[in-house]
Amino acid sequence: MTDLHLADLSETLLEEPIRKGFGRGLLAAGKLDVNVVAACADLTDSTQMSLFKAEFPERFVEVGVAEQNLATVGAGLAAMGKIPFVSSYAAFSPGRNWEQIRTTACLNERAVKIVGSHAGVSVGPDGATHQMLEDIALMRVLPNMVVIVPGDSLEAERATLAMAKDHRPNYLRLAREATPVITTSNTPFEIGKAYVYEKGSDVTIITTGTMTYQALRAAEQLYKDGIEAEVVHVPTIKPLDAETILKSVRKTGCVVTAEEGQVAGGLGGAIAELLAENHPVPMKRIGMLDRFGESGVPNELLEYFGLDAKHIRLAAHHTIDKKK
Amino acid sequence: MKKQPIARLEVIANDIREDIIKMLEHAGSGHSAGPLGLADIFTALYFDVLKHDPKNPDWPERDILLLSNGHCVPVRYATMAHAGYFPKKELLTLRKFGSRLQGHPERTRLPGMETTSGPLGCGLSQACGMALAMRMDKQTKRWVYVVMGDGELNEGNIWEAAMLGGKYRLNNVIGIIDRNNIQIDGPTEDIMPLEDLKGKWESFGWHVLEVNGNDVEAVIDACNMAKTIVEKPVMIIAHTIPGKGVDFMESDFHWHGAPPNHEQAKKALHELRTLGGKIRGEHE
Ligand SMILES: [Mg+2]
Repeated sequence: MTDLHLADLSETLLEEPIRKGFGRGLLAAGKLDVNVVAACADLTDSTQMSLFKAEFPERFVEVGVAEQNLATVGAGLAAMGKIPFVSSYAAFSPGRNWEQIRTTACLNERAVKIVGSHAGVSVGPDGATHQMLEDIALMRVLPNMVVIVPGDSLEAERATLAMAKDHRPNYLRLAREATPVITTSNTPFEIGKAYVYEKGSDVTIITTGTMTYQALRAAEQLYKDGIEAEVVHVPTIKPLDAETILKSVRKTGCVVTAEEGQVAGGLGGAIAELLAENHPVPMKRIGMLDRFGESGVPNELLEYFGLDAKHIRLAAHHTIDKKK
Repeated sequence: MKKQPIARLEVIANDIREDIIKMLEHAGSGHSAGPLGLADIFTALYFDVLKHDPKNPDWPERDILLLSNGHCVPVRYATMAHAGYFPKKELLTLRKFGSRLQGHPERTRLPGMETTSGPLGCGLSQACGMALAMRMDKQTKRWVYVVMGDGELNEGNIWEAAMLGGKYRLNNVIGIIDRNNIQIDGPTEDIMPLEDLKGKWESFGWHVLEVNGNDVEAVIDACNMAKTIVEKPVMIIAHTIPGKGVDFMESDFHWHGAPPNHEQAKKALHELRTLGGKIRGEHE
């Protein structure tokens, strides 16, 4: 693990909303490149674009509550050589403006950076309307689109800097709640790469976003159960790092995926597609199972919907049993 | 491009109409009425109004022209070919497999096609984004023109962009509405009334000009006038006759989304070549 410079999980981890890292990353990207610009749909503070707006007011566009406009204004900015980051809640962008993203960014090959905050049930009290669960699926099916789901705020910061240098349309998925920071400023991030956060030979746990921390905790418990779990963190769901994933699965022979979104079309869907064609093995997908969320505090919702270390651990046992 | 006399431009517009008929007949599908109605506007834009270079489509100082209602792209293809962007013989590849002339325009396939369009309502907001970028870069001598259909104005995205253009006073955006009063299902005022259209745009903070969109000279004058308006973005409501130049297509909404068959194309070409029977056609 030393090459990844991860935080020491036996210590008390700093907790910070993943979106905060985006805010810092965007400001840093803006300082590095004068062409980085930002547009927001009336959620500047929530999506953490406020840092950029304060520093570069002349490079910031407020479109109001108009997500279709948000995406297409972004395409126009990109057409003139700008690197536009456009943000809202994931439920609205890409939730509402999918066709605009499809036509004016993906088919049109304009490198708009869609930033969807407040994804997943951990949005909490706002309830199902605002808990975006289908965004990974929506973005993953679009040709030319890159889908990035960072696991903590530091990774979100690095991902944002990488996005500013990437010439494709990108989707960045962010979560609202404070999430344990499991990486450090020295942890690598490259678009399209998956990372083995924990080595093991009995089961591969493939995770993204907020669930990676949960998987690491599950791996600790599994170790006490006598099981060595390999945790593969997948911050880029598209393009998928097939090589890293298949290498791990060929070794362990079974898989659990975990994500805070619909497994249909999400990370679970992507891994199922990859394995079905290349190396079919017993598999269990943790995530939202064709249902919506509801109001509650984040932790009770995560437990209720089975999106935590406890359920990952159980799923690991089940899939390992199926190997025999 | 070198400016040409209005009489010459009117001949070019007529040639473009002939090409539209031939392209659509050959393709066997596509929209007839809109492209024919827009021939004068596209002639005015490409042969007088726009700062552009067909031999250097990515010229950084060029004006931008967006076609928001992508289904009218035959008129743009025909005009671009006449302006020298690509060989006219390529026009007959419209909608064919492997062609750069897709049924709806794709930017990445054809140099000079500034954006991909077809799904309606997305042009004005892209124009606004481009205009904002030009402002950030202090490019004051460039304009973004965007042609929209009238039926297209049913789209909410248009009005989101209308608010944005008004808010930021994007005086480098010049919108042109093809006010031909038809859409696929029928007359616009039956399907989803747009009037008071001028009042709508004015209330969104736009300066509105109205013009006969089938008068090349009037369209040029309106665009020149629009460039002098500095305090607001400008929307030109261009009143056009759908199917203009082909008697049996004019103002009949059934021709919105249909191509002519061989007989109809022959009849249409005869009419265009004789300017409605006023002169003897060269092929008679
Ligand atoms: Mg119309």
